[in-house]
Amino acid sequence: MEYAEEHHHIIPYRTLAKVWLLLLFLTATLVFVSTAYHDILSVPALLTITPLKAGLVFFYFMHLKYEKPFLKGLVLLVLVVLIVFIGLTFADIANR
Amino acid sequence: MSTLAQGDPISYRGFLEAGGRRGILSWILSTDHKRIGILYLATMLTLFFAAVTIGVLMRIEQLTLNPPLFAPQTYNAFFTVHGVIMIFMFVLPGASAVFGNFFVPIMIGARDVAFPRLNLLSWYFFLTGALVVILSLFTGNGPPDAGWTFYVPFSLRTGTNIPMGVFGVFLLGFSSILTGLNFVTTVHRLRAPGMNWHRMPLFVWATYATAWVQVLATPVIGITLLLVIAERLFGIGVFDPAKGGDPLLYQHLFWIYSHPAVYIMILPAMGAITEIVPTFAHRTIFGYRAIAYSSIGIAALGSLVWGHHMFTSGMADTANIVFSLFTFLVAVPSAIKVFNWTASLYKGSIELKSPMIFALTFVFLFSIGGLTGLIQGALNINVHLHDTYWIVGHFHYVMFGGTGMGFFAALLYWFPKMFGRMYNERVATIAWFPIFVGFNMLYGGMLVLGYMGMPRRYYTHLPQFHTGHVIASVGGFILAAGLVLLFADLVVALFKGKKAGQNPWGGVTLEWQTPSPPPLENFAEIPTITDRPYIFNPEAAK
Amino acid sequence: MSTVPACAHPAHKDYEGAKLGMWLFLFTEILLFGGLFLLYSAYRARYPLDFHTGGQHLDTFIGVANTVILLTSSLTVAVAISAMQKGNRKLTMVCLGITIVFALAFLVNKYVEWMGEIRRGIYPNGPALLTLPDGEKIFYGLYYSMTGLHGLHVLGGVIALSITLDFVRREKITSTDFNKLENVGLYWHLVDVIWIFLLPLLYLAA
Repeated sequence: MEYAEEHHHIIPYRTLAKVWLLLLFLTATLVFVSTAYHDILSVPALLTITPLKAGLVFFYFMHLKYEKPFLKGLVLLVLVVLIVFIGLTFADIANR
Repeated sequence: MSTLAQGDPISYRGFLEAGGRRGILSWILSTDHKRIGILYLATMLTLFFAAVTIGVLMRIEQLTLNPPLFAPQTYNAFFTVHGVIMIFMFVLPGASAVFGNFFVPIMIGARDVAFPRLNLLSWYFFLTGALVVILSLFTGNGPPDAGWTFYVPFSLRTGTNIPMGVFGVFLLGFSSILTGLNFVTTVHRLRAPGMNWHRMPLFVWATYATAWVQVLATPVIGITLLLVIAERLFGIGVFDPAKGGDPLLYQHLFWIYSHPAVYIMILPAMGAITEIVPTFAHRTIFGYRAIAYSSIGIAALGSLVWGHHMFTSGMADTANIVFSLFTFLVAVPSAIKVFNWTASLYKGSIELKSPMIFALTFVFLFSIGGLTGLIQGALNINVHLHDTYWIVGHFHYVMFGGTGMGFFAALLYWFPKMFGRMYNERVATIAWFPIFVGFNMLYGGMLVLGYMGMPRRYYTHLPQFHTGHVIASVGGFILAAGLVLLFADLVVALFKGKKAGQNPWGGVTLEWQTPSPPPLENFAEIPTITDRPYIFNPEAAK
Repeated sequence: MSTVPACAHPAHKDYEGAKLGMWLFLFTEILLFGGLFLLYSAYRARYPLDFHTGGQHLDTFIGVANTVILLTSSLTVAVAISAMQKGNRKLTMVCLGITIVFALAFLVNKYVEWMGEIRRGIYPNGPALLTLPDGEKIFYGLYYSMTGLHGLHVLGGVIALSITLDFVRREKITSTDFNKLENVGLYWHLVDVIWIFLLPLLYLAA
């Protein structure tokens, strides 16, 4: 088959392990911040650390970093669509 | 694969009998996009006429007042089932599942779609979903009666077989998602050499835009329906006001899909019209890029207007204003298309064959539908028109006068290519008259009834509305008769029609370069594309 | 966009196309769960205190344990893919096996967690739930819906991963034809991503 001629990028084991450790570290930070400083920091932590974790999974584990810009654009589009749906709904929710 | 050539008078039947494949199994196990398109056509038309029958029964109910022919509960089931069948089993799959499946691969010079087995699976989901909905009519406590919109809290409380009906719709949604997924991949990956984006036929652009809406919007109604089932079966309350739920959130989630759904319905039909008009005007389309990009624009903007179904629901004023504004904006790309189709007639050499008659009818009726949509998109007017017959009239103008007529036009246009036979042109043209007259009596009548104040989904009406209902019902019967005549013509043609040539209409897109019907893998050799489409006068084009 | 010339060979495979198709399917999953995220956002805005109370009562330890389990299972499936690309079939199978074990562990934890809530009477139409204020009822409704739907997807993943493991064993997936493995991996990572959001939404920041 022709795959042998196409150059498929292989993610090194080391990179995968490093990402995994980073994910564990971020999770620990998130848990700590949310329990110790719940009232002030839990929401900001949710809004920063969580997308960062998700981003790491997308970019490294799901290989998105090494994919064509088109695919990256599509993923961004879908997330924007979801955010727009939620945002427009809040035009109602936030004003009732 | 049949080696008989197009000219063989006896038995060239292309993909219909390719490789000696006959019998029902060769059809229902086929992964050939053309056979799948026809499987969809057959099942969809059967369901369509079942729903037409229910519509006729509804019109009879409004004629019989004292006493009404059917009980109120029966009428509630009628409009629910009529809506569910028409929307989820006819108009939504629509021109996409039939003509998209059949012609998109051919139009881009491919042998099939990207995922032929997923394609067949999508039809199985369609069939199963339809059967589950039909089963829900005869099991549990009777057919669902909450309207095709299944609003909470009524859909949570009513004793009828909502869970099964809603689950059938959920399965139908899967069919739509798989179709969309297939088309996006097909258009990106399987275009013939030289077929860049701006050389694709506009029907392909339309199907592509539709496919994105299918992929992104359908899952939202998927989760919404699952939650309704979960509430009814397990008591998980997220919508139930008795448990702190907000019924408006149901409406938001429902319409986040169901509004873009109407663009799933109309875009492929618009695409078909865009193929038909240049062919029968014998000139190139006016504004190729405008039409191509407006398809994308409609899909995008149309995803932002869902709140216009909820103006009187108790939504915040801010939301009302925002959604009304976006509703006015989405009319722009639609109007661009209408202008372009009209301009494509200018200095054309117009041939009024039946596909063209129905295509022009589409433009006219869709315009009326669109304009009435703008009227009801104005907040102050909407207060008076919401939940009246005006709304019913409006959506039938766009969904039936639009997508329906577009579907018929496409069928009349592509029938000879799909089946290798020609129908009786004169009968098809004659059938147009009762269809057009009956349609406008019925749905124009509804517009009038609506602004006079007649509420929708009522099994009966006050005396002052009776004349309007009589006119509408008579129009409905005339319309139904016209439909029967039109389809009788086509069914007879399937078995007894004259053999159609390769290009009876003089079309210039790739499907007209294949035999009628096309052979199993469409092309003996994949063509190389060297120019843009819709060139009718090669010397003048230079 | 590059085009692949269509050929008449029925077994022709399109690696990029299959990957695109899988991503499109993942998009539908994002929007499916997205509806639940929309509901969560709206109700949280309405019932901030009740959501806080509800979140406090959930078992954070199990939630975090499950997060670690899923993150690690994402690692193992990614390693499996790299291993297959390098032709190391044995490592691929071991990693897939570990992924499946982790997935099952997740489901066991979920079962234990749910049993805990059910024993406390906190379940749909359960006695204790009905005494709670509206916002908490909604919170638990969302809790069961979101973790329930997610759990179903974990179960689906177990099945898909097992089938994939068998394909690798039977050499239907090779170092030059590993599309199916990659696509299953993509699915599994999305299941992980969804849980990455569920953890703070339900257990931490509530």
